[in-house]
Amino acid sequence: MIGAVGGARHDWFVVNHEPSCILMRMPVDIQARVIGNTRLSDDYNIIALAAADIAASAEPGQFVMVKVRHGSDPLLRRPFSVFEILRSPSGPEGITLLSKRVGVTTTLLHEAAQGDIVDCLGPLGRPFTLVDPPAEAWLVAGGVGLAPFATVVEALQIRGTSVTLFYGARSAGELFHLEWFGSRGVRLVLSTEDGSRGEKGRVTAPLERELQAAENREVTIYACGPEPMLAATVAVAARYGRASQVSVERVMGCGMGGCYSCVIPIRDEDGGSHLVRSCLSGPVFAGSDIAWAAPR
Amino acid sequence: MTTDLSVNLGTLRLSNPLIAASGCFGYGVEYASTVDLSTLGGIVSKGLYLAEREGHPPERIVETPSGMLNAIGLQGIGVHRFIREKLPELRTLGATVMVNICGSTLDEYVEVAHILSDVEGIAALELNISCPNVKEGGITFGSSLTGTHAVVGGVRRVTRLPIIPKLTPNVTDVASFARAAEEAGADAISLVNTFLAMVIDVETRRPALSNIVGGLSGPAIRPIAVRMVHDCRRAVKIPVIGMGGIASARDVIEFLIAGASAVQVGTANFVDPFIWGKLLTGLAEYMARHGVAQVGDLVGTLDTSVGQHA
Repeated sequence: MIGAVGGARHDWFVVNHEPSCILMRMPVDIQARVIGNTRLSDDYNIIALAAADIAASAEPGQFVMVKVRHGSDPLLRRPFSVFEILRSPSGPEGITLLSKRVGVTTTLLHEAAQGDIVDCLGPLGRPFTLVDPPAEAWLVAGGVGLAPFATVVEALQIRGTSVTLFYGARSAGELFHLEWFGSRGVRLVLSTEDGSRGEKGRVTAPLERELQAAENREVTIYACGPEPMLAATVAVAARYGRASQVSVERVMGCGMGGCYSCVIPIRDEDGGSHLVRSCLSGPVFAGSDIAWAAPR
Repeated sequence: MTTDLSVNLGTLRLSNPLIAASGCFGYGVEYASTVDLSTLGGIVSKGLYLAEREGHPPERIVETPSGMLNAIGLQGIGVHRFIREKLPELRTLGATVMVNICGSTLDEYVEVAHILSDVEGIAALELNISCPNVKEGGITFGSSLTGTHAVVGGVRRVTRLPIIPKLTPNVTDVASFARAAEEAGADAISLVNTFLAMVIDVETRRPALSNIVGGLSGPAIRPIAVRMVHDCRRAVKIPVIGMGGIASARDVIEFLIAGASAVQVGTANFVDPFIWGKLLTGLAEYMARHGVAQVGDLVGTLDTSVGQHA
């Protein structure tokens, strides 16, 4: 059960079994117009899509399945966390996606021009369960794992929850949106693999140090990034007795629970594990529920 | 002009020829938020053995040109949990439920079929003798004529439900397997399952899938599947259910003309879970445009006469 991380808002999800009420999901498929595309680097971009119906119902941590081009090449949609909700005075009008170029769809997203149409199915998946003060939210992002955290920050702001973002990347040029987070009162703790900005090394090092110093504070960890980083973050959190929620990314075929490709091992009470679909039971899991692979 | 989309597959009557393919539609309930299950001709469950199965470790799928490879390994909840946990909801939702059954042994197929025969609310059994990704059972039976005959005949003896063996395309002459299934008492046949295939990451020299090989589906296989449906239609009298890369109403119609009495849609549902209404509308429009009152009047109407092309 996900109960360990508080909040009963999504108690219709039971992680150790199939979600008990899939019918409560009501995804829509929108032919979304590209209303902006900010290329942050040769690899990263933030694409803005006119998708009011998704913007109106997406919760922090949920994702959309995206298809950029009609026809059968590429064939399958690809999953993206909803990065930001775009609002106008009349209400939610769109979403942005943070994308890193790794394949065909992300290349097409990087190159997309205003007015292009992107098929966007969502919102999908189980969102983060957010904490209220006096609890603090410590977010841990690795690279493109920043993707779910803009919506998380906005939702936490409304609750008045204090937020720290531990944000790691390969180099200074791959740390994005810092002003955006800074202007919303988020305390930033940066790290880069090459030491070009913030602390040199892995993001879990400053996380562990600060957890050590935060003995009397109530802290919940939220993490998104490469799986080895997630495993390390969950281990650090557990060492200091903190609950963690992680957003995983597995190769996903449909996002709807149809194909059984995006499975992830969940711990059983007897020490074994079983596979659940991360599109339905996730992408957000309690960190302690996942049977992490031994580090290589 | 009114169009009649209803289909008779032997004793099995469907409201229309569109069926959700096994392994591509979860247990059906997953898609109740995008399609009214009662509007489909039918749905076929994920493959079910007697017991639960874990399936293969990831990676389980990889995209290919106009297609995808999968080696899920028949992860499934087993027949008993299906009856207990999924079937009641499917019945409430008004789905026409066909169950895809698997076995590691002939006895397992027979036992699963026997269990399902005593259960209310099941329209037909599809016999999975063609999954290319699991070593034991399945494909071992489906790639031998005697094995096909044995499984179909064994299940026939324990059930009055319509039985539909699902044939593999990974054989030299699929029509001979259609005939073996017919002789052993099948009510219909469905084809094709996926084509055994492989993708290699050349940078790492590792297979893209944990199972090394997997089954190819999607538009890439459609022309081969259409040809195989055409072959089988001419070989047997029982109805043929066609599938393989259907992604539009045009593709549905192509299979019907080739000789399929109904079709299954799989991979395209991953891409567009709202596809079903579009397929039905497109099919009805085509029938109106061509003056076809009953969808069955399209089946097997391939015109091979000489000199007719403009």
